[in-house]
Amino acid sequence: MGRKLLLDKAHIEGIRYYDTYRSNGGYAAAEKALKSMGPEGVLEEVKKSGLRGRGGAGFPTGLKWSFIARPEGVPRYLVCNADESEPGTFKDRYLMEFIPHLLIEGLLISSFALGANSAYIYIRGEYAWIPDILEQAIAEAKNKGWLGKNIQGTGFDLEIYVQRGAGAYICGEETALIESLEGKRGNPRIKPPFPAVKGLWQCPTVVNNVETLAAVVPIINIGGDEYIKYGTGKSTGTKLISACGNINKPGVYEIEMNISVEEFIYSDEYCGGIKNGKRLKACIPGGSSVPVLPANLLLKTAKGETRMMTYESLSDGGFATGSMLGSGGFIVMDEDQCIVRNTLTFARFYHHESCGQCSPCREGTGWMKKVLLNLENGKGKMSDIDLLWDIQRKIEGNTICPLGDAAAWPVAAAIRHFRDEFEWHVTHPEEALTRNFGLAHYADPLTIPAAV
Amino acid sequence: MAEEIKLFKVKIDNISVEVEPGTTILNAARKIGGDIVPPAMCYYSKLNGSGGKCRTCLVKVSKGSDADPRPMPKLVASCRTTVMDGMEVANITSPEVQEARKGVVEFLLLNHPLDCPVCDQAGECHLQDLSYEHGADSTRYEFKRRTFDKIDIGDKIKLHMTRCILCYRCVYTADQLTNKREHGVLGRGDASEISTYISQSLDNDFIGNVIDVCPVGALTDQTFRFKNRVWFLKPVDAHRHCDNEKCCGKTVLWMRGDEVFRVTARKDQYGEVEDFICDTCRFDKKEAKDWVIEGPRKIDRQSVISQGHYVNTVKPKDPLVEVLDGRKPKLLFDIHSESQVNRPEVDLSKIDGPAHSNDFTKQQS
Ligand SMILES: Cc1cc2nc3c(=O)[nH]c(=O)nc-3n(C[C@H](O)[C@H](O)[C@H](O)COP(=O)(O)O)c2cc1C
Ligand code: SF4
Ligand code: SF4
Ligand code: FES
Repeated sequence: MGRKLLLDKAHIEGIRYYDTYRSNGGYAAAEKALKSMGPEGVLEEVKKSGLRGRGGAGFPTGLKWSFIARPEGVPRYLVCNADESEPGTFKDRYLMEFIPHLLIEGLLISSFALGANSAYIYIRGEYAWIPDILEQAIAEAKNKGWLGKNIQGTGFDLEIYVQRGAGAYICGEETALIESLEGKRGNPRIKPPFPAVKGLWQCPTVVNNVETLAAVVPIINIGGDEYIKYGTGKSTGTKLISACGNINKPGVYEIEMNISVEEFIYSDEYCGGIKNGKRLKACIPGGSSVPVLPANLLLKTAKGETRMMTYESLSDGGFATGSMLGSGGFIVMDEDQCIVRNTLTFARFYHHESCGQCSPCREGTGWMKKVLLNLENGKGKMSDIDLLWDIQRKIEGNTICPLGDAAAWPVAAAIRHFRDEFEWHVTHPEEALTRNFGLAHYADPLTIPAAV
Repeated sequence: MAEEIKLFKVKIDNISVEVEPGTTILNAARKIGGDIVPPAMCYYSKLNGSGGKCRTCLVKVSKGSDADPRPMPKLVASCRTTVMDGMEVANITSPEVQEARKGVVEFLLLNHPLDCPVCDQAGECHLQDLSYEHGADSTRYEFKRRTFDKIDIGDKIKLHMTRCILCYRCVYTADQLTNKREHGVLGRGDASEISTYISQSLDNDFIGNVIDVCPVGALTDQTFRFKNRVWFLKPVDAHRHCDNEKCCGKTVLWMRGDEVFRVTARKDQYGEVEDFICDTCRFDKKEAKDWVIEGPRKIDRQSVISQGHYVNTVKPKDPLVEVLDGRKPKLLFDIHSESQVNRPEVDLSKIDGPAHSNDFTKQQS
């Protein structure tokens, strides 16, 4: 059994409630941090732990915290990014739903380290039932003196507010999230200035993912030195992986980042192998925005080494042969899955979710979707494949926020690794239409009719 | 004595310039001038927060600064990236930038019709220039483009969203120049559109400036639309004493003969308004006698407008006069008796809306 740090107590009946959480060691880390470590001590421990942000980019959390500006008399804010809209990613939801106090405790410790007296949980609108769970946990914590004024007599004050988003993927991007939190349209801001200098209401702000904040609790409990014994050198600790697709056991797993991809897919402890005994075709290892990997590159790196469930192993060789651990949305595809259709599905998503501020993303995402729709429906031309490649190249790296890249990478990887399948769609238009496994012609319900 | 500011040295396409810290790459390039100035469709130096959106001004930073000489990993928007001491930037010398810009132009044109022949912005359109300079000669886009009905936003401004490239300039203008924010962007992605708040009309004393800032023909002046092509008009600088204290009263009158067809603010060589003007000056003062005319406006930019420009031009000799030895040529026919249009007695600028053939018949009867 892999060791766990976040979900080790998730199975305990009633762990959602304060009393059970507390009696199982909850708030011990908060007590330790507030009463004996001090903000600097907490920051040092987080730095030592090597914790990397779990929201997708994997940026070192301690380093990010150390960037926060500290001008006199200006409040600082901590924002918890619970927007979780990346297709294939559903780990934060599990954590918030089953063990909400872990997040509250993590927010408390992190706010203390940053000197923030207000923290916000920005949660995606579709998680309609979770804000109530969080609010109840916040009320309980406040009742027991873990929130509010003069927490546990330490002189530290903290309020946590829950803000529901309206359900837009772009509002997960940290600067768009801040805009939305300020009551505006969720358009990403142009950086610099970075949130650490000018974030929420132009004040220094740190935005962290739910899992990142939760991970601070075990780090304080066991210490940074102990934490790095979990996982590998550049990927310390444990990571929540939400696994879905054609596997026997979809779900949220906490893994220690030292297991192989093969073990994760095939062992009974995790995904339990491919459904119906089919063969593995491909996998998107880190949420829909990261490049898809064909089976041969998924289990072994280009150098022939065993591919591990770590930041560095999954990105080995760059995008030519690797991918990213991203947010940990692990989407497995068996031999029956159509890459073109799969790519189209994601392209539709990114087209729909583009905020529309910058021209390459606003126009390019829709164009890619339309070309893919033609290819998928057997109406494509050979030149469409090169066109698609060219469009994604013109988007990538040229946009305001990474949504443009997120839209481009899946298309690039699909063409790079599965070009023959795209060509097959062109050379076999009839079959392309009828191979849809009993599903009707793939119309696109999301096409917005042009106003006349 | 004021503390001396240490200037930053920047090299753009191998040309050095010294600028104050905080200057953007674009403005540093403008200081040098010429071909190395990146094009800008959304940045507007007079509007806070503008820029960063259209991505036409992308450049390559091949050296970050003297302190950190690493190149920047991605192309950056020069309008929103500030210079560092020792920075080296490539614009026209970078094939990567030229390629990316070609891509941006292609994207911008996916949903912009480039219908210059019937667009009121023809001759003054930055996208037209940009496509000419950086675009491809044909499109690879085979799908239906989005179209919209034209709508009147207020009685003086017409919005044709079909042409909008969502540069947000008009939004910033309305937000920063007028005291009531009434319009913005609705929808997301390529379904975004400029719109007023629940079909309200735009009327406040400075709103006409949205017409001047629009880089394309999406926002047009209803008092001028289709009255004339700009290159048939002669621009003259003029001023009047304006009661609106925010208005400088300095304008350009676009005239044909003694008729004032259009009043706009004065623009600099980058097409940016020098001083915003009020709606009264723009829409209501359409008589030459309302103005003190200063003289012909110099149009710097290579532009079709310069066609009708007459400073330093030499009137060509009429060869007929020489051939005919001073005799008057015999008039073969009077164009006005043959043609329905161009009737001297019809005051084009006074017609309500664009001129139609029936305007002429009406006048005849
Ligand atoms: C389009 C887009 C959507 C994103 N959505 C999320 C999200 O739902 N949750 C999240 O934690 N981070 C999301 N991110 C990443 C955040 O911008 C940010 O990097 C992250 O919240 C930082 O937290 P971390 O340092 O703890 O990883 C998104 C980024 C982009 C570009
Ligand atoms: S990349 Fe897309 S989502 Fe991001 S700012 Fe540009 S248009 Fe908006
Ligand atoms: S209407 Fe004109 S100024 Fe306004 S966003 Fe569109 S193109 Fe820009
Ligand atoms: S002018 Fe710089 S991005 Fe538009």
